[in-house]
Amino acid sequence: MDYAAQQLLNALSFGAEYALIAVGLAIVFSIMGLVNFAHGEVIAFGGYSMAVVGTVVTGNPLVLMAAVLIACVSVSLLLERVAFRTVRKADITTGLLTAFGVSIILQNLYLLLGSPRPISATQFIFLDRTLLIGPVHVSSLQIYETVTTIAAILFLTLFLKRSYLGIAMRAASRDFQMVRLCGIRANRVVATAFAISGLLAGLACIFIMARRGSVTPHMGFDPVLTAFIACVLGGFGSLPGAVLGGFILGFLEVGVLVLLPQTAGGLAQAAVFLVVALLLFWRPDGILTPATEKGDKL
Amino acid sequence: MLEISGLKVFHGPIEAVHGIDISVPEGSCVALLGPNGAGKTSTLSAITGTARATGTIRLEGRDLAGLDIEDRFRAGISIAPEGRRIFANLTVFENLRMGAATRTDGGIERDIEEWLSRFPILGERRSQSAGTLSGGEQQMLTIARALLSKPRILLLDEPSLGLAPKIIGQVFALIEDLRHEGMTILLVEQNAGAAIEVADYVYVLANGLVTRHGPSGEFGDGSGLMGELTGVHD
Ligand SMILES: Nc1ncnc2c1ncn2[C@@H]1O[C@H](COP(=O)(O)OP(=O)(O)O)[C@@H](O)[C@H]1O
Ligand SMILES: [Mg+2]
Repeated sequence: MDYAAQQLLNALSFGAEYALIAVGLAIVFSIMGLVNFAHGEVIAFGGYSMAVVGTVVTGNPLVLMAAVLIACVSVSLLLERVAFRTVRKADITTGLLTAFGVSIILQNLYLLLGSPRPISATQFIFLDRTLLIGPVHVSSLQIYETVTTIAAILFLTLFLKRSYLGIAMRAASRDFQMVRLCGIRANRVVATAFAISGLLAGLACIFIMARRGSVTPHMGFDPVLTAFIACVLGGFGSLPGAVLGGFILGFLEVGVLVLLPQTAGGLAQAAVFLVVALLLFWRPDGILTPATEKGDKL
Repeated sequence: MLEISGLKVFHGPIEAVHGIDISVPEGSCVALLGPNGAGKTSTLSAITGTARATGTIRLEGRDLAGLDIEDRFRAGISIAPEGRRIFANLTVFENLRMGAATRTDGGIERDIEEWLSRFPILGERRSQSAGTLSGGEQQMLTIARALLSKPRILLLDEPSLGLAPKIIGQVFALIEDLRHEGMTILLVEQNAGAAIEVADYVYVLANGLVTRHGPSGEFGDGSGLMGELTGVHD
């Protein structure tokens, strides 16, 4: 009972983290066809901001959480403005290369101004306690992570369904120029996408920092790579697909660890990717991309 | 209202329109006729700012040069584009909401309801995804969407294309109604007969040049024009 509940929560919290990051990638991709590989560096920027504010200003966790969110949204908007706006009309490869370039530049800035070694920032570690719910031992951080992610996805859904800017973003995912022909400013739509993406990266950053207690230049890279796979699995550019892909990966990772014998532990990741490959063999465009949904993005 | 002079339109290195003059007086319906590839859509794209162009385009005396797509729309130019381009993943209501996106007055809901009762079939499907509508319904939706911003001029790009004759009749009846309501309209069509009937003034475009223009009365029922249009199509 204990074991099953713990594994379920493991899967949910892994999935939640991937989903948060994957939705951040998907929302930008859906409206401007950009695979933002610099997303991981946005997460790392949140970590460094936390370390700096935590050292210089205050150790108050609430203030630090706000600082992380503000930092991630700001840097995401800044990257859009200085790097991605200029290549908005260029083809998808140019955007991808730009994103890689930005990612490398930021990682090197972190190396230069920070340190290649982990910088400690432990103020969120208190989020991770062992709770006793009935007879079951669970990690409080995993519960926070799962609940926050579900709440964030619900808010985002509400925003996309109810607000005029949200409706415009959904429209832009199909026909951006037609959205502009309705007088809605392209810059505003794109900036909103980057702001949301940054906010989700900030949430992910808080949970990653709570687990690691330190920040490194490359800390965002692996999670973003996994989130990228989640996007591909769910159907690139589809937000429900990104959520679904994230949770499938979370469950696959945990499932593989549970099912594989201890001695084959090293094969866990290979096994996950094998299943992903099989799923993509079954649905080459991802699970939630019906053929009719594909089309020009800009 | 809309004054175009010396307009050249480019798609990359290709010059699709080679210097044309068109005038759309306030409250009139002007038809722009011509065969496939004549440059009709290119001309509209130049007006909306979606294609690169030289020459001058003035709306109510104001030169549109340098204005981007959004600002031209906000200046009062609205289009029901070729292929309709409704947002298939949005509901009928949301499509109309997008049409009114730039408005800040309190009358948006009321105006949307008015359109939904004007086209009961759209009203019935208000919460349905617009991609499920028939071609004719989508055409009504794209025109309603274009009008919800209360534009100064409405551009219509081949609204009858691909529709059944009965539905075409409904589309032109709507254009006729709009004209009587005082809307200024630039209507692009290949269906010359119906367009001439509804228009005050007609321009004929072929190979990127205006070959003929005059009051619609001079064009009869357009049957002579049909031959002329297909004749230049080599
Ligand atoms: N995006 C484009 N790229 C290249 N050529 C184009 C493009 N759009 C139109 N053209 C060319 O410009 C000419 C005029 O096209 P268009 O304005 O669409 O004509 P019409 O609307 O009268 O059928 C055609 O020769 C067409 O091939
Ligand atoms: Mg055309």
